[in-house]
Amino acid sequence: MPILGILASSVPAAAGDYESIATVTVGAGGSSTITFSSISADYAHLQVRGWVQSTGTPQVRYRFNSDTGTNYTWHCLEGNGSSAGAQSATTTNEMLIFVNGLIGANTPSPFVTDILDYANTNKYTTIRTLNGGDNNSAGNIALNSGLWRNTAAVNSITIASTGTAFSQYSTFALYGIKSA
Amino acid sequence: MPTTYEPIATTTLGSAQSSVTFSGIAGTYTDLVLVAQVKYTANPSYAGIRFNSDSGTNYSNTQIRGNGSSASSGRNTNAGQITGGSYTTGFTLDIFNIMNYSNSTTYKTVLRRGNQSDDVAATVGLWRNTNAITSVSYIIDTGNLDTGSTFTLYGIKAA
Repeated sequence: MPILGILASSVPAAAGDYESIATVTVGAGGSSTITFSSISADYAHLQVRGWVQSTGTPQVRYRFNSDTGTNYTWHCLEGNGSSAGAQSATTTNEMLIFVNGLIGANTPSPFVTDILDYANTNKYTTIRTLNGGDNNSAGNIALNSGLWRNTAAVNSITIASTGTAFSQYSTFALYGIKSA
Repeated sequence: MPTTYEPIATTTLGSAQSSVTFSGIAGTYTDLVLVAQVKYTANPSYAGIRFNSDSGTNYSNTQIRGNGSSASSGRNTNAGQITGGSYTTGFTLDIFNIMNYSNSTTYKTVLRRGNQSDDVAATVGLWRNTNAITSVSYIIDTGNLDTGSTFTLYGIKAA
């Protein structure tokens, strides 16, 4: 089954095309940063499936290969239950998701990020994320895209809270999707 | 590396019916993904998914959608389901990511992508219950889920 079909529709490939690479679960005391490092170039695409909680309402940011330079761009289409809006940043040092912050108070906020053609050294790397949270009295749902203006293969992924740390049991799972 | 994203069960409707349920779901995965390609026989007040046969008002939703001329966002509290598609002349593609479904300490949050002939939508839904999810039902309140609708449940297990 074509991998592009997987990413376009989120319908999975045949068994064996989707592999679990690594998982990080936040321990007692919380953590503000998690990193997947030494990612091999064996896959066509990567997917990160996250399930995060925090006592606060931080944003969440992506960086690749420990690059803290202003080499990123991100865009966001979001809805807060009252109106739809959009935000963006260019020439910035991160790719944000949960742009309006996590719902907080330990309500789980999940996200799914696709990192496309991450090992290609001939073009910049683009990601997309579906993320949201709802606590019955408020909610936010968003579609995000991000660009890392670097042609290097992605070999490490850092996901960080921009404020209050991720709470214990927050989970980040990295998967690899093979091509035919 | 361990392979995952396994199909758990698939149902294709040979006749119209008001709901489809996947029950007896083991807690052996990290996330569930329900892929529904569904057609409604009538315009419902609501369609969507419920967990563990809970028909109480224990759900909430926040949605964003675009219909080709405008974008909008809405939400509901104390709802009876996590929202799925709305009535259209063709099929709706509903994909629900049911995250960390088997933990028994937190409420459950779901990310949905919905696509149909007259709009595109994304939804985050909450089930205010800490029980592990052992069954998932796709339901409709008016009319039926039409013949030919397909529902497949996948399991994803993190290493």
